[in-house]
Amino acid sequence: MVGAACALYAARAGLDVRVVDRGAVAGGTTGAGEGNLLVSDKEPGPELELALLSARLWSELAEELGAAIEYESKGGLVVAAAPDALAALRDFAAGQRSAGVTAVPVGSGELREMEPHLASGMAGGVHYPQDAQVMPALAAAHLLHACGAPVHTGWTVTGVVRAADGAVRGVRTDRGDIHAPAVVNAAGTWGGDLASLAGVRLPVLPRRGFVLVTEPLPRMVRHKVYAADYVADVASDSATLRASPVVEGTAAGPVLIGATRERVGFDRSLSLAAVRALAAGAIGLFPFLERVRALRTYAGFRPYLPDHLPAIGPDPRVPGLFHACGHEGAGIGLAPGTGQSIARALTGKAPELNLTPFRPERFDTDTDTGTGTGTDTDTDTDGGDTP
Amino acid sequence: MTTAERPRLAVVGAGPAGLAGALAAAARGVQVTLVDAADQPGGQFYRQPAPGLGARRPQALHHQWRTFERLRDGLERHRAAGLITHLADHHVWCVEREPGSGALSVHALRGPAQEQGVTVRADAVLLATGGYERVLPFPGWTLPGVVTAGGAQAMLKGGLALPGRTAVVAGTGPLLLPVATGLAAAGVRVAALVESADPAALLPRARALAARPGKLAEGAGYAARLLRYGVRVLPRHTVLEAHGTDRLEAVTLASLGRNGRTRPGSARRIACDTLAVGHGMLPHTDLAGTLGCTLSGTDVRVDDEQRTDVPGVWAAGETTGVGGAALALAEGHIAGRSVAARLGGTAPDPRRWAAAARARARQRAFFAALDAVYAPPAAWADAVPDDTVVCRCEEVTAGAVRTAAGPLGASDPRAVKLLTRAGMGWCQGRVCAPAVAALTGCPLVPERRPFARPVPLGVLAALPEPPPG
Repeated sequence: MVGAACALYAARAGLDVRVVDRGAVAGGTTGAGEGNLLVSDKEPGPELELALLSARLWSELAEELGAAIEYESKGGLVVAAAPDALAALRDFAAGQRSAGVTAVPVGSGELREMEPHLASGMAGGVHYPQDAQVMPALAAAHLLHACGAPVHTGWTVTGVVRAADGAVRGVRTDRGDIHAPAVVNAAGTWGGDLASLAGVRLPVLPRRGFVLVTEPLPRMVRHKVYAADYVADVASDSATLRASPVVEGTAAGPVLIGATRERVGFDRSLSLAAVRALAAGAIGLFPFLERVRALRTYAGFRPYLPDHLPAIGPDPRVPGLFHACGHEGAGIGLAPGTGQSIARALTGKAPELNLTPFRPERFDTDTDTGTGTGTDTDTDTDGGDTP
Repeated sequence: MTTAERPRLAVVGAGPAGLAGALAAAARGVQVTLVDAADQPGGQFYRQPAPGLGARRPQALHHQWRTFERLRDGLERHRAAGLITHLADHHVWCVEREPGSGALSVHALRGPAQEQGVTVRADAVLLATGGYERVLPFPGWTLPGVVTAGGAQAMLKGGLALPGRTAVVAGTGPLLLPVATGLAAAGVRVAALVESADPAALLPRARALAARPGKLAEGAGYAARLLRYGVRVLPRHTVLEAHGTDRLEAVTLASLGRNGRTRPGSARRIACDTLAVGHGMLPHTDLAGTLGCTLSGTDVRVDDEQRTDVPGVWAAGETTGVGGAALALAEGHIAGRSVAARLGGTAPDPRRWAAAARARARQRAFFAALDAVYAPPAAWADAVPDDTVVCRCEEVTAGAVRTAAGPLGASDPRAVKLLTRAGMGWCQGRVCAPAVAALTGCPLVPERRPFARPVPLGVLAALPEPPPG
């Protein structure tokens, strides 16, 4: 998804673009994503600024491609079961409002007007009308199609071609070299591997998530609904299983319940503990789900960097190398802002956003060597599937 | 040895492989739980009419009925002795292995509504999950009146209902013969048996066939019966289209040239109200895949003892490669003996099952010869028009698959699924996967299906904690 957005904005900035992927379109984490375009889960700071820019760009893209990519500006609804959780949520929302987020407090009584099937007895919530949804695989495919660039699926990058002065001259692939004065690393969870081909360190690591997909239903869930503790899970640095589900209906009918967060390397094997936690959490929000059947579940690997911010922009260590990866669980939502920022950097224009917090070389100064999981060089190429 | 001390084996599936495995293990002191979705043992092969139907001679539709009686009596004996627990109407959706302890949990849904969760714990699992029919799409294949060949046979064996009055049996594979003769014997007029392969091509492979005189006699028996019932056999023919508005009224057939394409001008129309169509079998491998067992093509890979490469997990029957009931019996028997020895802490002596091993080798060679002959025509996917529905659950057409695979860059079946929803519905791609793979130009690779069947979220939420160490 991030690569498709970079390709689109670069092509529209007048550059000659080629896209290389060792798998299929949306074959990696994109294909395992739910398509959450969220501002609601982000605290004020650089990621929220990128999310707000991206939300605006997504709505522009939706005017062009909306139906094909199943864009829905459905809004998010964060609910709190207990009064103290509600107080914390309201404080969090107040901070977001000052950063430009629309966040409307919702009383206990109004919750069921917005979501008629929600569990009774919730203390209250906050409505985020800027939250939206796309079908990520369709979005990636249609953005690539719209940009008109040749897409080489099934080509594996095996090296980065560099000149004597160290500047990038293109990439080497198993199907031949592609020459270009600039290379954008949008390899997602495998972005660290591509960086190391260019001789630089970028400590992208996988954080596994399971998603549950139900049988198709008539529209029972109107917004993206999640419990207030989801935000704490997203921001958490814990390696162990965290599961506060986001529940949402889809254009196609199934309800999606996602997602767990675990740092277990690239292990795709089924964790019944993870799906049990997802199912229990979802039933807690929407009791009718107890009798609804899950048709499938799948895992994906969010690419995260140690400070939970993506790497976006030129790499001063290798002239001509740009990074656009490490968006953790927000890559679909943050893709257009990332793509636009990369296109501006490629064409020498000032970015709309201060990219300093996303500097790819920022980890060179820390002492952590990033070898925590020992699995970050795994060459698993297949993505999950998707809702 | 008391029940509590005996090692525990869970067998998934009560067809020929599962029954043979359960009996062989129970006879050697293993405590067996036989978990099966049907309400009576026997699987698809020994499917019987429901007792309420009062069928007097169920064996009329079965050969090898005596073999089944032997298995059924053995099951009864071991059940009476408390060595086998038969859990009928239990639908397994997942088998889980604790990485630390190696303990296995078989998770099932009980009852016709499949709403109640049941978990069986065991020291070993034998996967005898059988196979299912492959059906390739063609215009009109979703019309009422078009059934799978196996489905028609199951109706005959189980319900004794006549699916229609004039039938055409079509597709490829040895299953078509018993389906055509079974329908004819039940009083259906079988207008034609349409086989896309040329069974004459079996002759150069006569060595494998000569080793199976029983099979040749069986084949000759079918041929004689087809003749007796006046069934026209059309080798190297295929169904181009099924016609009808509300239900099936006729089919158009054509003959196939050497290149696997239909011969121009050879099309003809035959009136019928039933089309039984099948293109061979595929193994059920969902449970094995989730356990992490290595597959070889579409089959679960096993060693000479029928062990998969996951400790504690054995597999037998169609799930390790489609080869019929006799092969399933041999594999199940070997698996049961191996389980008993291994759970008892000893290596088994293969000489003790030499006869079963010989039968296994013969049957595998025979079915390898059949496989080489009975294959869908090479170019069948090119002949599917754009407006033909490929995925029935999500109503995805061949044209939509071609668009995803072409201009949208979905270069493998998974990406096609993401972009079109083909394979995301109730059957989770079990029906359409071969067609989607062929239209994408890729080999058929089994998908990961962590849930072998849909599971209520309430059952997931109430899953027991894994057993301690």
